[in-house]
Amino acid sequence: MDEHGSNTEFNPIEVTRRTVVETGAAALLLTALPRAALAAGPLDDTGPPPPPATVELQINGRSHLLTLDPRTTLLDALREHLALTGSKKGCDHGQCGACTVLIEGRRINSCLTLAVMHDGQSVTTIEGLAEGENLHPLQAAFVEHDGFQCGYCTSGQICSAVGMLAESRQGMPSYVTEVLAHPAAELTDAEIRERMSGNICRCAAYPNIVAAIKQAAEMPT
Amino acid sequence: MRAFTYQRADSTAHAAAAAVKPGGKIIAGGTNLLDLMKLQVETPSNLIDINRLPLDKIEETPDGGLRIGTLVRNSDLAADPRVRQRYGVLSRALLAGASAQLRNKATTGGNLLQRTRCYYFYDVTKPCNKRNPGSGCAALAGFNRIHAILGTSNQCIATHPSDMAVAMRALDAKVETVNRQGETKVIPIAEFHRLPSRTPEIETSLKPGEIITAVTLPPPPPGVQVYRKVRDRASYAFALVSVAAIVDSTRGRIRSARLAFGGLAHKPWRVAQAEQKLANAPANTATFNTAADAVLEGARGFGGNDFKIPLTRRTLHSVLAEITPT
Repeated sequence: MDEHGSNTEFNPIEVTRRTVVETGAAALLLTALPRAALAAGPLDDTGPPPPPATVELQINGRSHLLTLDPRTTLLDALREHLALTGSKKGCDHGQCGACTVLIEGRRINSCLTLAVMHDGQSVTTIEGLAEGENLHPLQAAFVEHDGFQCGYCTSGQICSAVGMLAESRQGMPSYVTEVLAHPAAELTDAEIRERMSGNICRCAAYPNIVAAIKQAAEMPT
Repeated sequence: MRAFTYQRADSTAHAAAAAVKPGGKIIAGGTNLLDLMKLQVETPSNLIDINRLPLDKIEETPDGGLRIGTLVRNSDLAADPRVRQRYGVLSRALLAGASAQLRNKATTGGNLLQRTRCYYFYDVTKPCNKRNPGSGCAALAGFNRIHAILGTSNQCIATHPSDMAVAMRALDAKVETVNRQGETKVIPIAEFHRLPSRTPEIETSLKPGEIITAVTLPPPPPGVQVYRKVRDRASYAFALVSVAAIVDSTRGRIRSARLAFGGLAHKPWRVAQAEQKLANAPANTATFNTAADAVLEGARGFGGNDFKIPLTRRTLHSVLAEITPT
């Protein structure tokens, strides 16, 4: 919980409810971190703030100039400074994948990188995938296959799948690829599951997520 | 996260000069460092970003090996056609680690320098000699399922979490460094990571301000390369035990073998005597047993991790049986 109240944009009741959900989810996902550790806030410091840094990000094709505390993660820059709340904060420690976005077309955990490190780079979030009213093929496939229940992990799942399909088309192998020397691995269910293992779905909609990605993978790009 | 100033390095000398000052810390991929900074396990006051330095190439070396720039991302290293063809054990080990998102960010040098995932190291409310020297080790009598069975001390029983480093240990990689005076150094990977001993806070042989610039691989040794990782989940989990094996054998007889282990110690574990037991020996259970005995000499469990001793033996048997077809 952010006990220092450094973030005034949230109503405290919402923060409490949100924190319960996040901590509960993280405790379920991984036993590696104690609950007290997970509760540490992003800017929990009593000292004076560091000098701000200026960063220019190309987000979903639009340029944004931001002046930020250098501690601001890319995820917080998107959500708290640009109101792009599609990218979700799940564990905030790179363990759940809910914050997945694409930097220069490559998927990463936006919670584990600083916004200032990406000056001049392009960021694609879930908000940037559809073209007008036309959903991205992966978004449409997730709807068609019911690839979610609560929906909290979905934007991360879809951004991750966009990156994953690009990696697969470039011939990048995975841990379950049988012959490393053969670049083009067929996207079997096992390949999709392994390549998407950085995205946790607490509702366990995995079979439908795999089906949605499989359908989108077979569509021409 | 504690407050810090942020600067972007324009040269390795600049980065080294800034990093040697109190509170200075290099950031590359940041996937481990920022995690630790959020928890205030790491509290740098000046962060030096080296991501824009030209250290992200994989090049052939004159002797037929590869030189991997420190900023080469784990995903790119695993996918490099030369690595896949000649150093399959490294590609497999990388692909066994973390998630695709993390591998897209995590770097070669950063992977070597990542910190242990010991629960008590991460929990600032608990004693930990690595995080807070002299405060004690909560893991010794605590929940120590993931902890070390070899090379431990009464100060620390943490493991090194890297898969990549285990494969590099089997491949006899070398770590290239530079300091702020521009002096370069080559450190064999066997000497790069340290055992905890009485100073578990000192994890590598890097001197203050010394920066990794590359990792070089000698030409691949003969034989089949395998990386086997045993873990609690099928994917996206740290190793309980892992084995990087390179074994040259024909018709049930082993010519030479290299074995490096992860999940067992504060550094990738390799025992020359175990490899000698396998060299010029028949590939059978008796041989595998003598090799396992040599690997596990001095092994000690701490309660929660006792299972790692038989698990290491069984994993080694399984790998050797797979890799030495009759």
